[in-house]
Amino acid sequence: MRLITHNMLQCHVKGCTKDNFPLKLEEIEIEELEAEFNADFIKSMLNRLDWKALAQTTFSLGIAQLPEEMPEELSDEMLEQLHHILLEIDITSGRMVCQGCNHVYPIRNGIPNMLLTESEV
Amino acid sequence: MLPTPDLSHLTSQDYRNVYEPSEDTFLLLDSLEEDQEYIKQLKPKICLEIGSGSGCVITFLGQIVGKNSVYITTDINPEAAKITQKTGKQNNIKIDAINTDLVNGILPRLENSIDIICFNPPYVITESSDINSSLIAASWAGGIKGREVTDRVLPYIPKLLAPGGSFYLLLIQDNKPQEIVEIMESYNLKYQLIKKRKAGIEQQFVLKFTKPL
Repeated sequence: MRLITHNMLQCHVKGCTKDNFPLKLEEIEIEELEAEFNADFIKSMLNRLDWKALAQTTFSLGIAQLPEEMPEELSDEMLEQLHHILLEIDITSGRMVCQGCNHVYPIRNGIPNMLLTESEV
Repeated sequence: MLPTPDLSHLTSQDYRNVYEPSEDTFLLLDSLEEDQEYIKQLKPKICLEIGSGSGCVITFLGQIVGKNSVYITTDINPEAAKITQKTGKQNNIKIDAINTDLVNGILPRLENSIDIICFNPPYVITESSDINSSLIAASWAGGIKGREVTDRVLPYIPKLLAPGGSFYLLLIQDNKPQEIVEIMESYNLKYQLIKKRKAGIEQQFVLKFTKPL
């Protein structure tokens, strides 16, 4: 699971509506990928991202210190950094913890498990 | 003609756990191929396949769209999620597979965000209790009218689609496609029949529903 995908996942436990995004990554293992850089693609993805969640996640992982709000103009350097953060960091194992209800979603073989038990749905 | 994704990495053991691409899968591939000019001009940023099974369909979509998109898949079957990821890798398409039921865990975050959604649902008429009775049953057992799983997905589609985005859905005659068209039109989605084909006694259809810009 790349960080771009982490940026799309949220807790869906019944009744959990507060602090359910982003899910906090814990005890993760990372594999670095190599992806072709395309500035236009990164730019076109910006309006599909939740910037605050990305800034929070990359800061807590110690990967990057992004500005809290999305800058109006992005430098080439910033686009390259975003490319690396979003597309080249693959989380192979670990867990995602909801900051609202503490539900744990495991990640194994690079795949997040978002399944809930019947009582949680 | 575009090549069918390379599935040579999959073994008979894998097909005990995931649906082996069949006539229905190929009808969906042919539909995407026929619609490829439309798909390309959409310049999709995020593509989603619900219930990806072997990963054949999303990989084929990836071959059409190219590298500049994110491909996410869901499957309730953890083996399918693993195999989908492998199929992507085998064909040089990066897929982020998620082990989840239908679209659980991506809403409301991905509201108005997905350009292309594909779904080849479990469409066979069965007892309701057969749905999810095993990993492999989840790939085909559709309950009453073969519609129980599909009907759960439909209300999420207008939420997930980006303006101008499209949903490709495979159905058979028993599923009463006309009823589904009515449901989707009530959500203000535009309907188009892409393909129909007879496979044995089964009349199969691929329908496309598009969200207005």
